Amino acid sequence: MNAFRLLRKYISMLFQSAMEYRASFWLTAAGHFIVTFTSCISVLLMFERFGQLEGWTMWEVLLCTGAVQTAFTLAECFGRGFDTFRQLVRTGGLDTLLLRPRNIFLQIFGWRMDFTRIGRFLQGCFVMVLAVSHLPSLWFPAKLGVLALMVLSGAAIFTGVFILGATLCFWTVEGLEVVNILTYGGQEISKYPFDIYKKPYLVFFTGIIPYACSFYWPLLWLTGRSGSAWCILAPVLGLLFLIPACCIFKLGVRHYTSTGS
Amino acid sequence: MKMYFSLFRMKLIAGMQYRAAAWAGIATQFFWGFMVIMIYEAFYRSSSAGNLPMDFDQVCRYVWLQQAFLYLFNLWNRDNELLEMITSGTVSYELCRPLELFPFWYARLLGQRLAGTVLRCVPVLMIASLLPGAYRMTLPPSVPHALLFLAALTVAMLLATAINMFVYILTFKLMNAGGAALIVSAFSEFLSGSLIAIPFMPKTLQYVLYVLPFRYTADFPFRFYSGNIPMTEGLWSLAAAVGWLAVLCLLGAVLMKRALRTAVLQGG
Amino acid sequence: MSGISKTFRVVQRGQGLRGAAGALFHREYREIRALRNVSFDVPDGALVGMIGPNGAGKSTCVKVMAGILVPSSGTCEIMGYVPWRDRARYVGHLGVVFGQRTQLWWDVPVRDSFELLRDIYRVPEDRHRRKRERYTDLLDLGDLLDRPLRQLSLGQRMRCELAASLLHEPKILFLDEPTIGLDAVSKQAVRTFIREINRDDGVTVILTTHDTADLEALADRILLLGHGQLLYDGTLEGLRARYDTDRTLTVRFTGNAGDVTPPGCTLISSGEGMLVYRIASDTVPLAIAQLAGALSLTDVRVEEKPVDEVIATLYRDLRIQ
Repeated sequence: MNAFRLLRKYISMLFQSAMEYRASFWLTAAGHFIVTFTSCISVLLMFERFGQLEGWTMWEVLLCTGAVQTAFTLAECFGRGFDTFRQLVRTGGLDTLLLRPRNIFLQIFGWRMDFTRIGRFLQGCFVMVLAVSHLPSLWFPAKLGVLALMVLSGAAIFTGVFILGATLCFWTVEGLEVVNILTYGGQEISKYPFDIYKKPYLVFFTGIIPYACSFYWPLLWLTGRSGSAWCILAPVLGLLFLIPACCIFKLGVRHYTSTGS
Repeated sequence: MKMYFSLFRMKLIAGMQYRAAAWAGIATQFFWGFMVIMIYEAFYRSSSAGNLPMDFDQVCRYVWLQQAFLYLFNLWNRDNELLEMITSGTVSYELCRPLELFPFWYARLLGQRLAGTVLRCVPVLMIASLLPGAYRMTLPPSVPHALLFLAALTVAMLLATAINMFVYILTFKLMNAGGAALIVSAFSEFLSGSLIAIPFMPKTLQYVLYVLPFRYTADFPFRFYSGNIPMTEGLWSLAAAVGWLAVLCLLGAVLMKRALRTAVLQGG
Repeated sequence: MSGISKTFRVVQRGQGLRGAAGALFHREYREIRALRNVSFDVPDGALVGMIGPNGAGKSTCVKVMAGILVPSSGTCEIMGYVPWRDRARYVGHLGVVFGQRTQLWWDVPVRDSFELLRDIYRVPEDRHRRKRERYTDLLDLGDLLDRPLRQLSLGQRMRCELAASLLHEPKILFLDEPTIGLDAVSKQAVRTFIREINRDDGVTVILTTHDTADLEALADRILLLGHGQLLYDGTLEGLRARYDTDRTLTVRFTGNAGDVTPPGCTLISSGEGMLVYRIASDTVPLAIAQLAGALSLTDVRVEEKPVDEVIATLYRDLRIQ
């Protein structure tokens, strides 16, 4: 049984579990839909008032917003196990996972997923479609391909940040709120193109937590602001972020097995 | 009353136990505050129109107050213990106590808000008041302003808790913790002017929001402090906020009683 | 496993508001020695019970043996593996049941959880089916398998847990309080099952428990831990012989008693035609002989203390509680 098939099995069981509480599932999904909906409306209203943002049009920014939300949602749905990792440590569930002869990442992914995020996912997709329909310059397969790449790469990086946040749980139970800066804050800040912020932010979110690689740089290419191939490569380079994130998590596991608790 | 105080004290102690958590909270607040301010700043830079409803330095004060009092006024606060108690049915044990549930839970939630805020607001406001130029947090224009702000702050805190109580009442009705809380909080967050300040919204929407109670938990106190709302309007708004507080508390208490009755009938 | 020690460092917090405020700025650490130089050897196919008061180091010990905790010092070798170093290869041979948490899924039928475990442990389908059928038989799981776990009672759940932990045919089974909270019938079922898989399948079982009836029913051998030290290693009878030498002797008789107290006896109570003595176990025959000479006995009863009480006295005497 290979890892991929096991993951599929996990997903089907998690879905089965979620469907045991059908009403609750849809209510929560609706709640998530509304959360992102009001957030998008806010962007829209700001443009209504100000007209444009440093040369960016409303639909360009909404395209970015939609891509970020979709990516973040994917990460929240599938990376939920890392997002709520603290519970796994506290309840001793991690011990149970460590007692199985399987890759620990695979098992944590399979431990928990949150399918109610479908509400956010649909909302994000809807905004992207709407934005694309207002930006005729994007109606080329290559550009739509890059857009899809942005979403996937973004989802991977958000997941990486969840993994890093989970790693903190091995050392401390406090101060975990700081992780929210990088997850929810990262989502919030990437909603707008990074050049509206001060320079250090762009540097930090390109070189250290590479959200800008997933969203900002390819957005420059999509909207015709830059022709550089680096802009298309950036989402792929951003994925490198996952390597140190996973290594650090492994270190965390080693620390955990030497201190217990 | 003594019990409520000791509950508050417990929360405060629990909060202080975790020094890293306290620092992390302050860092989060500043990250968020700067981000929002930078977004506004960029919009201000790109706007040619001169007739903007708030000065930029007023926006900054608005944002810092919002960050400093995040835990006092937020409408997304959820006490998972209570939610769990409702959905699992163990709430029937609470009913055995010689207490009215509404005031008891109200006090509990209020205590949590106060305890969460005490540790945050002072450092955030202190650091924000050291920032350069327009970003700086300044004192209110006059002593009467300050007094009225304090009154508005108190009412806002009570009102936010009262609105928040509806999450728990709704949870009773729907028997679902996450969804109900999410829907209520997402809407009220937007309607209170926490996502974007109300003056930046279209005129028609503004009229609607001025009629609803939500703005008194963010828009009104913060904009009054920053000098965006004149004194007389402030007094009227405060009166309206007190009115809303009375209405919502009464309504909440009645609905809660009714919800409890059905919960008990169903056998919890 | 030999010479295992484990030291933890914990933050010491002050009390009250002042203490909490102090913790914002500096903190003190305290060392806890969870295991001190614990050594023992378990042969293949044994059934070993671990006892000790809460915090004695039982679970630390189990965690070390299961490979999810690295000891501060000492060595341990199980089936040729060093558990914590060869964890990935070693844990496939383990089955573990924690009485207080579950490895099954709350909201899906038990059968699906079993299938997931099959895939996790890479068990071929036919072997999985054979094992499942065997345990379904032994544990009487028949109609439980198609119900989600949340609908099962605690006892039914524990039976499913046991089956789940054995589906991949482990050589060693760790049981952490397997009978906690169960009713008498379920306890009995669990014990019988553990006996059977130990005897018939040759699975080595190491169980920790607070229920002394488990020990009486199951354990060939007992490890007593206290304050992280191994205080006793042997059979239950041996434990009794060493720590519980008192017996209660009750005699019934007809006629007049007079003042008969054989040497080595203490009279605890007396009644109409009845005398109760406390007596050391090795003087029992002598005492009975003397009493038989002095009185016309109708009934003689010698009682040991219940195991529970022996253990409680033991904890108190050893000052490990």
